[in-house]
Amino acid sequence: MAYMIKESSCTGCSACQSECPNDAIFEKNFAFFVDPAKCTECIGFFDKPQCAEICPMPKTCIINPSVPRFAAAV
Amino acid sequence: MKLGTRKVVAELHVMQPPLPVTEQRGCASKGGGSNSSCGSAAGQGDLSPEVWEKVKNHPCYSEEAHHHYARMHVAVAPACNIQCNYCNRKFDCSNESRPGVVSERLTPEQAAKKVLAVASNIPQMTVLGIAGPGDPLANPEKTFKTFELVTKTAPDIKLCLSTNGLMLPDYVDRIQALNIDHVTITINMIDPEIGAKIYPWIYYNKKRYEGVEAARILSERQLLGLEMLTARGILCKVNSVMIPGVNDRHLVEVNRAVKSRGAFLHNIMPMISAPEHGTVFGLAGRRGPTAQELKALQDSCEGEMNMMRHCRQCRADAVGLLGEDRSNEFTTEKVMEMDVHYDLELRQAYQEDVERRRAAVVAARNAELKTLAGSDSGISILIAVATKGSGRINQHFGHAKEFQVYEVSTTGAKFVGHRRVDNYCQGGFGEEESLETVIRAINDCVGVFISRIGNCPREGLLKAGIEPIDRFALEYIEQSAITYFREYLERVRNGEIEHRQRGDADIRQGALITT
Repeated sequence: MAYMIKESSCTGCSACQSECPNDAIFEKNFAFFVDPAKCTECIGFFDKPQCAEICPMPKTCIINPSVPRFAAAV
Repeated sequence: MKLGTRKVVAELHVMQPPLPVTEQRGCASKGGGSNSSCGSAAGQGDLSPEVWEKVKNHPCYSEEAHHHYARMHVAVAPACNIQCNYCNRKFDCSNESRPGVVSERLTPEQAAKKVLAVASNIPQMTVLGIAGPGDPLANPEKTFKTFELVTKTAPDIKLCLSTNGLMLPDYVDRIQALNIDHVTITINMIDPEIGAKIYPWIYYNKKRYEGVEAARILSERQLLGLEMLTARGILCKVNSVMIPGVNDRHLVEVNRAVKSRGAFLHNIMPMISAPEHGTVFGLAGRRGPTAQELKALQDSCEGEMNMMRHCRQCRADAVGLLGEDRSNEFTTEKVMEMDVHYDLELRQAYQEDVERRRAAVVAARNAELKTLAGSDSGISILIAVATKGSGRINQHFGHAKEFQVYEVSTTGAKFVGHRRVDNYCQGGFGEEESLETVIRAINDCVGVFISRIGNCPREGLLKAGIEPIDRFALEYIEQSAITYFREYLERVRNGEIEHRQRGDADIRQGALITT
């Protein structure tokens, strides 16, 4: 039910952190991570996930395959 | 990549601050018949007293000041809201030096402490800029918090910021309220069709825009921000990245557009581009301009407004005089251990001494210029200079990490650029290859002023047709250049030498870190 940040390509720029409407992104050792319990894939807020919209690296803010997709209002 | 040492490459904007532009005038050919009075090149020139007062000690705004005063950048702004094809955010090379590259990021509190530490150790440090490594206005809270903290503890330090302009109209009030002296906007185009080739996307109002639409929004916001700043009397410089084949000819139009909106200074910078940088342009094999191409464009814009030519495109955490980088002395770890005494009086006393030395440079130049009065010659030559600052020829050839280039004609000596020569990885090349690097970098110069030089490089330079000149060691640069030029004209008249146009030269790119 969440997005995740691919650590190997994250530049650590922090741009995603301030755009996240759920406050789901946190920093650890200069890299950024998404808390899957907080992430809603921006459903209910925006058409597109904000982390992926502002991320300077392609294919870095991606769907987290290890958790189920977020389902709004379920 | 090791955590904690990662580098981020961001925008190619370099610091600049804004100015009251109401009195802005073109640069025409006023000023005692000397081109060098124009713009940022020399002294007050055409500038109104208010503008001059704001820029005279600012190394990024005044070419003359940059020999004497230092600046620092603090990397508190890592996030960016646009993507540029000459920028790679995932860059990691400790020898790299260009805008957007930093070795560490700071919190506003760490940054404020660092500013105090540097100001206490380098009394000629007069300017604090925030330039990234992303965009300062994409990190507004960190940026403004840093300025607030510094204003409280070091009120004599001038503040400036450098932005891509996308969010600028939203923050003009805060910039004014914080008394930020100067703002630089990076404007690479006013035509969205051209912009679409430079910017793949922007992030604006919670949405990613692409192509021509993105470039149109960006351009509108940049020009609106520029107008708003100049209307409030905040000094504005415009940076443009010259990208051959994309916006090189278009920058003449950009120059007109920003001048008409009150920009005080235009800084056309060569794109830094190599495949190993991993940028879109670098990977596509798109090259930066040669020295001649850059100078021709700068010259063609000079009639319109002040041109800046001494920009070193420094890192977002650079410290020191332009052309040097002492950031390694002021890492967070070192700064936190430093015992800092901020002594305003000591700083002022030091700066008064700098002013005396600086006045001596100008007086010597003006006196020497009189010796050229009445001479009439269409000849102009370029001279490379090895200098550690203070306007003197005071560096050994072999120690020079860059050469400053002066154009000399009967109208005087004018700074027209600088060439980096430190761009070879250590141990990769022998002495001969290093000399080749230098020769390619200053190949358009007839001679090179140095304080000393060894026999081997001396012979190599002579073979390349570049005269090594050490007889002006420790003398003033401009005064010596005029003396040399007067003698050069005599030698041409006597038939001793033949004046020939020299070839082109390389603009070298890469490291500028003093270790």
